[in-house]
Amino acid sequence: MTAHVVNVLVSGVFHAAILFLVAAGLQVVFGVQKIFNLACGSFYALGAYVGVSAVQAFVDGGGAPALFIVPLVAGGLVAGLIGVVVERGLLRFIYDRDEAFQLLLTFAVVLMLEDLIRMTWGTAPTSTSGLYLVYGQVRLLGATVPTYNLIVIGASVVIAAGIGWLLTRTAFGRIVRAAAENREMAEALGVDMRSVYVRVFTLGSVLGTLGGALVIPSTAAMSEMGVELIVEAFAVVVIGGLGSMRGALAGALVVGVLRAAAIAVFPALEMLLIYLIVIGVLVLRPSGLFGKAVTA
Amino acid sequence: MRGSVAVGLALALGLALALPLIAPIYHVTLMLPFMAYGIALLGLNLLFGYAGLVSFGHALFLGIGAYAGAFLTTHTPVRSLEVILLTAMLAAALVAALVGALCVRYVKIYFGMLTLAFGMLFYTFVLKFYHLTGGDEGMRFLRPTLLGQPLSDMSKTAYLVGPYYYYSLALLVLATALMWRIVHSPFGLCLRTVRDNPLKAESLGLSVPRYRWHAFVVSAIYAAAGGVLLATPTGNVDPTLAYWTHSGSLVFMTLLGGFASFFGPLLGALVFIYLQDTVMSVFPYWRLVFGAILAVLVIFAPTGLAGLVDRALSARTARR
Repeated sequence: MTAHVVNVLVSGVFHAAILFLVAAGLQVVFGVQKIFNLACGSFYALGAYVGVSAVQAFVDGGGAPALFIVPLVAGGLVAGLIGVVVERGLLRFIYDRDEAFQLLLTFAVVLMLEDLIRMTWGTAPTSTSGLYLVYGQVRLLGATVPTYNLIVIGASVVIAAGIGWLLTRTAFGRIVRAAAENREMAEALGVDMRSVYVRVFTLGSVLGTLGGALVIPSTAAMSEMGVELIVEAFAVVVIGGLGSMRGALAGALVVGVLRAAAIAVFPALEMLLIYLIVIGVLVLRPSGLFGKAVTA
Repeated sequence: MRGSVAVGLALALGLALALPLIAPIYHVTLMLPFMAYGIALLGLNLLFGYAGLVSFGHALFLGIGAYAGAFLTTHTPVRSLEVILLTAMLAAALVAALVGALCVRYVKIYFGMLTLAFGMLFYTFVLKFYHLTGGDEGMRFLRPTLLGQPLSDMSKTAYLVGPYYYYSLALLVLATALMWRIVHSPFGLCLRTVRDNPLKAESLGLSVPRYRWHAFVVSAIYAAAGGVLLATPTGNVDPTLAYWTHSGSLVFMTLLGGFASFFGPLLGALVFIYLQDTVMSVFPYWRLVFGAILAVLVIFAPTGLAGLVDRALSARTARR
């Protein structure tokens, strides 16, 4: 029984760790630029594919399998540069438009990236075959857990702490928070919003692509993984509260663990349960667990 | 200006009536999804264009329409398209009354998110409740009778490009005329007031949530009728009909035609269907092309094709 619970918990927290990264990317962009970026799921898919290719090239080139995590993370980070292209090429034209148009523009990015991925990597799923268990498994309270899952959970905690440090302890973080609070005032005080926006959006996209790269040893990369993940990330930020980092962490844990529990106990419930919670939160407390009050 | 619109409409209707006689069958069958989407988008634009609310979950109501038809034709002896349409519209109205009552309390991004969540709830429901809905394989939608005529001895193509085509066209004309009445009624005017200045509307004694709620229910009824018409020709319904990307495509079509114009959504549906077909026949990655088109539209022409036509027309009158 304990073994079963531990298994469900670890897989739930592993999923939560990945979800947190993507949702954190969504939150930082929403917090500063007030854009709900539907494309963050597509960034996640792109990161996964680039991660697979990087690892394959590394292993084919004679790299030690145990070091596969190096090209994986590097691939995820490099893929994040797509954010610069999207922000400079598209988003910067529509900051003063209605939210509906901003949402639609990110939907355009979803469509384009989905096909760009199909054009580059084909339609068949690709994976890093057999590297998932290269670090072995550990026994935890009677359950056997892949060590890789624990590494990712640890990495996600470190990244969460890193974001916290970046936002609260550095000059860039202070500027970002000032810009999120009051854009005009920050601009009047001499903050170059152009550079803040491109850096914030790139930070958001790097978190998404890194999440995609890290998930990849445990599952295959598929072209639909982006549009599927975005609705989960969406659930995370609604539950946690739009724009809040602590909310992303809490929401990711709720969604990740509940989903794993639902799959284990009553598979038909899976995402149904999550959407019911999302609707409940939106109706009863639209600001989420950690968000600011919403004015309708 | 008004006269030229009337002439244009008469020409378009005449062309639509003559199409099965003069055009290749293939083009006639492409008109079927256009007419189905056309009806759904007229409803969607009551929300988007006239009430200023962008729904990212409207595929929910197309899905309800399509699944209502599939359920009736496979699990009950009902075959009459009229009964199917009425049932679908009633089901959608009931669901929309509940969902809408919650959604219209919010605007902008929160309205979009709540509608998206409800759409995905329905999607997950049809995906998971396999024994009732067929799961990801979907359900068959058997050929319905039209106005009591069984028409079962006709070949599928003859049925679709003949009676079914004219049935859809009649419904589209009816739906358009009705929507024209709605948006030009006092209700339509109040809805625009609510969109442009909710505070002022409230102080004039209009109940803002109630107007939004009514618009939501009407748009859902339109979407359900569109969903039935969309599913009949394919003969099969599956959960992707209710997926959030389908909702996104509906908003895309409306924007393509022009949400600020009454006929914009119809133009958008027509161009979307034909362009998608053309692009897919030469290049398999239609999403890439359409994503680029959507990006260009949002950035440079947010009023869509109808807006571009308007601008060209007024530029010509100005030069005269």
